[in-house]
This record gives sequence, structure tokens and C-alpha cells, in this order.
Amino acid sequence: MSGEMVRVLGIFAHLDSFTQAIRQMQHLGYRDLTAFSPVPRHEIEEALEAGRSPVRLFTLVGGILGGVTALILTIASSLHYPLITGGKPIVSIPPFLVIVFELVILFGSLATILGMLINIRLPRIRLEAAYDPTFSEDRFGLWVGCRPDENERVRDILRGAGAEEVRHEGR
Amino acid sequence: MELSYRQINRDLLKTMEPPGRLYYVVLGLDILVLLWGIFAWIYQIRTGIGVTGLNNPVGWGAYIATFVFWIGIAHSGTLISAILFLFRCRWRNPIYRTAEAMTVFALMTAGLYPIIHLGRPWLFYWLFPYAQEGHLWINFRSPLIWDVFAVGTYLIVSCVFFFTGLVPDLAVVRDQADGWRRKIYGFLAQGWQGTDRQWRHYGSAYLFLAALATPLVVSVHSIVSWDFAMSVVPGWHSTIFAPYFVAGAIHSGLAMVLTILIPMRRILGLKGYITELHLENLGKLIILTGLIMAYSYGAEFFIAWYSGNIFERETFLYRAFGDYAVAFWIMLIFNAVVPLLFVFGKIRAWFFLWFLLFAKLLPVVSLTEVKELAPPPVKGVSP
Repeated sequence: MSGEMVRVLGIFAHLDSFTQAIRQMQHLGYRDLTAFSPVPRHEIEEALEAGRSPVRLFTLVGGILGGVTALILTIASSLHYPLITGGKPIVSIPPFLVIVFELVILFGSLATILGMLINIRLPRIRLEAAYDPTFSEDRFGLWVGCRPDENERVRDILRGAGAEEVRHEGR
Repeated sequence: MELSYRQINRDLLKTMEPPGRLYYVVLGLDILVLLWGIFAWIYQIRTGIGVTGLNNPVGWGAYIATFVFWIGIAHSGTLISAILFLFRCRWRNPIYRTAEAMTVFALMTAGLYPIIHLGRPWLFYWLFPYAQEGHLWINFRSPLIWDVFAVGTYLIVSCVFFFTGLVPDLAVVRDQADGWRRKIYGFLAQGWQGTDRQWRHYGSAYLFLAALATPLVVSVHSIVSWDFAMSVVPGWHSTIFAPYFVAGAIHSGLAMVLTILIPMRRILGLKGYITELHLENLGKLIILTGLIMAYSYGAEFFIAWYSGNIFERETFLYRAFGDYAVAFWIMLIFNAVVPLLFVFGKIRAWFFLWFLLFAKLLPVVSLTEVKELAPPPVKGVSP
């Protein structure tokens, strides 16, 4: 996969013709596909055969990290200045578990957001050249990367699948 | 609800058009109230915390009650945004933004009160975990510190959850706006463009945030209740407090959601989106929480009697027949009896009531019931 790539954008008004077009592209071996849609639809995900999002790993690691941090924080700080209050042991695990629970949630949530931002490459300053404001309204967009000599063929397929508009969007 | 995506954009963005004169009048009144509050706070700081009636041995006063009230209000927002999301209750979609915004603002309000209650609010940072004078750390065995962690976490997670939910909508606003508004919303939308990749990871992150927020809600009000339950004050030292507080929080919060939604759907013209169905479902949830409250009130009195502890018993008798009897009976009637009126006129709801009374799996039953009522996924239900 080297050399010049061109990109073709097809804009669709209907979800079914849109998923049809994605399936067709997949079938013909085009792997460089980006789908724009105003709402998340499982049909699109299924058509693109997307795998599981790795965000879950971030959540898990964040949660574990939070729990460990809280344990270290509570135990170490209590041992650091052993002052008996309320006749309880210096390291009293039940109340410390409250802190552990809260920090598991806190770190887990923040790690989830971090994972999401990393995985979707946000924040970004510029929108993709192909982005059209109608994608946040009611239109679906399929952006296909192909070799220059396949340009016409891709356009024909998109048009054949029912695209309202097909245009060339380079990068 | 047969609406096109375009129609939804148009209708819902209409709420952001420049407001009328009444809006500014109300806003001005709000600011006046705020100024009055600031004046009162300055007076309290100059004179001393005694002006609020707090003294030894009265350690809990209006501020702590207000704090608990607002934290409680916040809870039903998360119930609607996170718990109903996990239960796939589609009817939640048009109302969750309002509920979630209520959560964030209620928490911001709630956070103020313990700080005002401190008396010397400028020393609030003593609550943070760091090595203080002589390397002394905060006391992790104190419920006050649990509160700091619980409320702090809740505030941060709610804000994150709220903002994450907003991003795709902000992109819609960005695309419809121009000039400086476009720049600001463009910044807030962080470059969202609705690609498949973005939606996939976003969906996953949102699910996990909801899954984390759900136990968090339960923990926060449990911890707030332990502020009281950990003490040895008769009438407060009880194990029922955590579930009792959580149910009470959601009960009052749902009422607040309705208080906000009913005028909002009229003023902003959202009747096509926030329908009778939503109000009805919220009403049903209120029946559920009202029954839990009634059960808790009963259990509290039963334990006070059954424990054989005369101090405990006298405290409860005093509550019901002493100086504060009027307040007590108002609470009991409006929390436990009046909500049951939602039951009338609906045979289905009667079944619901019997389920609640006899099956102990309360939340599970009610939520599936509600789920059955929800409209099937229709294109364009999500705003």
C-alpha cells in the first residue's frame, strides 16, 4: 500500500442504502473506509465489522490503579503518624475501603475518558476535509480511500448504491 | 413519534434562540437572591457561626440538612441518566439531559454548604489528603473525610459524564452556527464529526461511565447517611440509614425532575418530545420510592420499639408527638402517602403496587415494567 491515494466521499440520505454501500465496499476489498453518521447505529458498526473497543481496558486499569492508590494513601499516611482515634486500630481496613471504593470509581472514570480521547484522537483542531455539516443533521457519509485508477469505479459503486452526491475529497 | 432527523434538529435548537424579557427578569431575581445569600454569609463570617443556631451540642443544623437535600436531589439525575441507560429504558432519552444537568447543578450547590458550615471556610483545604502541620495527615477513619472523597468523586464523575454526553450535540450546534458562536461551540465540540470510529469508542466509554456512575450514586448517599449513623446520637445510630437515604434521595430528586420538566416542556414547546409517557413513568418511579420510604419509616419506628432502648424509643416518640410533630406528619404524609395517589386510575399500576408490596425484588420488577412501557427503538428518538 504505497503511492498516491485518492479519497472519494459519497453522501447518503438513507441508512439502508448506506449500509449496503459499506458492505459492497468491504466485499470488494476496500479497507480504508470512514463512515460519518448523525447517530450511532449498530447497522453501521456491523457493516464495518468493527471489533470491540479497547476503552474497556483503560477502565479496568484505571480502576485497579485507583484502588491501589487509595490503599497506599490511607495505610501509609496512617502509619506515618500513628495517632489512635476512637480506640480503633491504626490501620482499620473497613473505613479505608470507603476511600478505596471512591477512588476506584474516580480513577476508573477518568481513565475511561482518557481512553476514549486517545482512541478517537480528540481533541482535534481541524475537521476532516470530507466533513460536511449535514452529517450532524440527517445525512450519512462514506469516505473511501482508493488508488487513483480506481477512482471512477468507486464513484460508480457509490452512485449505484444510492448516493445523493459523490465528490472527490483528497488529503 | 414520527420525526425526521432534520425536524429534531430544528425543534431542539429552537430552545437556544435569544430569550424574551421575562427570562432576564427571572435571571435578575435569581441574582438578587444570590446577593442576599452572599450578604448573609458575610454577616455570619463576621459575627460567628452561632448566628445560625449552631452551637454545642447542636452540631448539625440547617446547612447540613440543606447539603443532604441537594445531594439527594442530584441522585435522581444519575438514576435517569446512568441507571435507566444500563436498563436500556429508551424513554429516558429525551429527559436525561435535563436530569443530568440538574445533578451537576445540585451538586455544585450541595458542595457549598459543608464549606459554609465550617465557619472558617478559608480552611477547607484541611480536608484534603496532604501532610499537614508536623506531618499529620487527615483522619481516614472520619466520616467527614469519606464525604469529601464521595462528594468530590461524584461531582467530577457527573461533570465528565454530562460533558461526554454533550459533545455530539455541541457538534450539531457548531454546524448550525456561524461567526464567533461557531468558534466557541467548535472548541467545545472538540472536533467531533460523528465517524464510525468516534461513535464506537464513544459508545463504549459512555457505557462504562454509566456502569461506574451507578454504584457511585448508591455509595455517595450511603456515605452521607453515615455522617449521621456513625454517631451515637439516639435516633440516628442505625444500620437502615444507607438504603433509607438513597431511596429518599431518589424520591425527592424525581419530584424535582418533574418540577423542572413540567414547566420546561410548556415554556420551550417540547411537548412532542417530553410526552405524557415520560411524566407517567416518572410518576411510577415515585410510587416505588415512596413505598420504600414508607417501609423505612415503619422499620425505623419498629426498631426503636423492638430494641428496648428507652432513649431510642423516646426520641422517636418525641419526633412524632413533640415540638416538631407538625413537620414530622407533613413529611410522612407527603413522602409516603400522597405519592400513592399516582396509582389511581390505572389498573396496571395497581398490579405494580402489589408487586412492590409482596415481591422483595423491588427495583428489578419496576424497571422491567417500565421498560415494557417504553416505545420500541424508533429512528430519531435520541435527541
